[in-house]
Amino acid sequence: MSDSERIKEKYDEWVREFLTPILRKLPDWRKFETSFGLTIKHLYTPLDVTGDYLEKLGFPGEYPFTRGIYPTMYRSRLWTFREYSGFGSPEDTNKRYKFLISQGQTGLSVAFDLPTQLGLDPDHELAYPEVGKVGVSIPEVVSMSILFDGIDVGKITTSFTINATAAEILSMYTVVAESRGVDKSVLDGTIQNDILKEFIARNLYIYPPLHSMRYAVDIIAYVARNMPKWHPISISGYHFREAGATSVQEVAFTLADAIEYTNWVINRWKMNVDEFAPGLSFFFAATTNLFEEVAKFRAARRLYARIMRERFNARKPESMRMKFHVQTSGAALTAQQPEVNIIRTTIQALAAVLGGAQSLHVNAFDEALALPTEKSVKLALRVQQVIAYESGVIDSIDPLGGSYYIEWLTDRIEEEVMKILDYIDKLGGMTRAVEVGYPQRAIAESAYRYQKMVEEGLIPIVGVNIFREEEELKIELHKVDPASRERSIKRVREVRENRDREAWERALNELRRAAENEEVNIYQYIYNAVKAKATIGEVSGVLREVWGEFKPPTIF
Amino acid sequence: MARPKVIIAKLGLDGHDRGAKVIARALAEAGFEVVYTGIRQTPSQVVETAIQEDAKLIGVSILSGSHMELVGELLRIMRERGLNIPVLVGGIIPPEDREALLKMGVAGVYGPGTPLREIIEVVKRLVGDGGK
Repeated sequence: MSDSERIKEKYDEWVREFLTPILRKLPDWRKFETSFGLTIKHLYTPLDVTGDYLEKLGFPGEYPFTRGIYPTMYRSRLWTFREYSGFGSPEDTNKRYKFLISQGQTGLSVAFDLPTQLGLDPDHELAYPEVGKVGVSIPEVVSMSILFDGIDVGKITTSFTINATAAEILSMYTVVAESRGVDKSVLDGTIQNDILKEFIARNLYIYPPLHSMRYAVDIIAYVARNMPKWHPISISGYHFREAGATSVQEVAFTLADAIEYTNWVINRWKMNVDEFAPGLSFFFAATTNLFEEVAKFRAARRLYARIMRERFNARKPESMRMKFHVQTSGAALTAQQPEVNIIRTTIQALAAVLGGAQSLHVNAFDEALALPTEKSVKLALRVQQVIAYESGVIDSIDPLGGSYYIEWLTDRIEEEVMKILDYIDKLGGMTRAVEVGYPQRAIAESAYRYQKMVEEGLIPIVGVNIFREEEELKIELHKVDPASRERSIKRVREVRENRDREAWERALNELRRAAENEEVNIYQYIYNAVKAKATIGEVSGVLREVWGEFKPPTIF
Repeated sequence: MARPKVIIAKLGLDGHDRGAKVIARALAEAGFEVVYTGIRQTPSQVVETAIQEDAKLIGVSILSGSHMELVGELLRIMRERGLNIPVLVGGIIPPEDREALLKMGVAGVYGPGTPLREIIEVVKRLVGDGGK
């Protein structure tokens, strides 16, 4: 009798003799299932893990990278501690960055306010109430210089959460670096530049989908050729998850977006996949369901490697390595008993680390109420530091690999993701799927289903539907200095007054012609305009005139 | 009896519409006629829609921290246009702002974790039960 036959015989006996009789007396106290609706068994054994070890798991740093993208992972280098932060004027945020660096943060992550993300200057009528609220206001290059005052841009890595105005922001950063004698070729960091996910979930887009894709893809091509260390895109599943997607939908829509961008770069710029794929990077959420999240990261990594090799004929290992940033889930935090969120984010951060992330942001415990204070963001950073230095989870690579449950779950997530990817292929790719509203509808459906399950008590949440208490909130919340808006407005007006008018006008005219001509790469023209001190409102104003604005259908 | 019509709106530039959509859907299932405006609405657009649709209630969702100004403006335009219907606010609203919004005249403020049934009850109390 083979090993697996013996295990099968014993397993059946265990179910018959022990499990079934006990369940009659002591049934499960609730339904146990994955976020994507799959029933979870009481126990997993070698019988649940099928397939060839070398083919499915292999070794860290080797295809298909299931166990990690680098051979030594965190023993050689920890992930980047990268708290997402920004508010008020660049002076306010600069102070916060210096504080975070002094507390041991190893990379920066810039949160921009909504006007900056939507290409509106702070003195625009629609911008006015929102200046500096959910992020920092950076409408022109002088503000960018203040944001990085006293910070060595040649040394630190910076991530910019910016999409519809990614080219303007990257240009500002490059101009600032160059003015300090740092060549763009040594700059290291990421711009999010993932416009597809904006159309699907985050909703900060400006132009119609096809023009938006050109804009994003031109940045990818430009950066691949001129800024070898920079990541020109962070293909993001985080926002799908926050909008209500399941773990499977999160991975599937992210990979479908990756396929779409890759196709676009290859078709539009006739580039070989290995010329640009090493620069692609990813961004996922981590919720509190530890094992499902770990399995999700492992499945995503394996699927991506296969897609790059089999679908796009990538040859370089760097093209198949899925590098990803993780943010703990904001939507999983509760306004009720907010201190409990520290426990949630610790588990979520653990999932990211056990899942092999390259960079991590831990949410502050008060984020269901306001932006973090200095105290709460420091605590979030400390969560990362305790995991890194005290917990021992980094001692060996992919320590959950080989767990029957984890491997089973990794395989199931992979299978379910493949089904969705096949469906999107049938629809004609992700741009088309977005146009017909497929991912938007699927996510809205999951969000509603989740909310109903919370209400029915099928998903327990401490402080919300179990262990509730009447409470009076006594924590101190962060407030944005109201004067910071006026500082931003004053500065943008000064910049407009004091620039070389002729150079500015010429740059904007050239930008207009470039926008009209689909054959050229738009990035260089945006860069020239930004360098001539055109504001974000002026640059995107030109593009709005030529390309138009997108008016979405409303789906709920 | 005609089903009361309610407007759910995203006010300002914030695009996080998960909450707005879930509430729109829950209210529709509870028997209300729901008009969801979609994202990036200005206060005057929301008031216009409410007047055109003859809505009985406006629910706005804001997660960007600009609720004080945007809701203040919404209430001001409503008064100016003689529109006297209840306004509910949802989103990330710090406790002291919640008090201030209620003083300004909004009928209720609901943060994260509010059960859908609670919101449905409030809407029913304010505009009738939609015949269900």
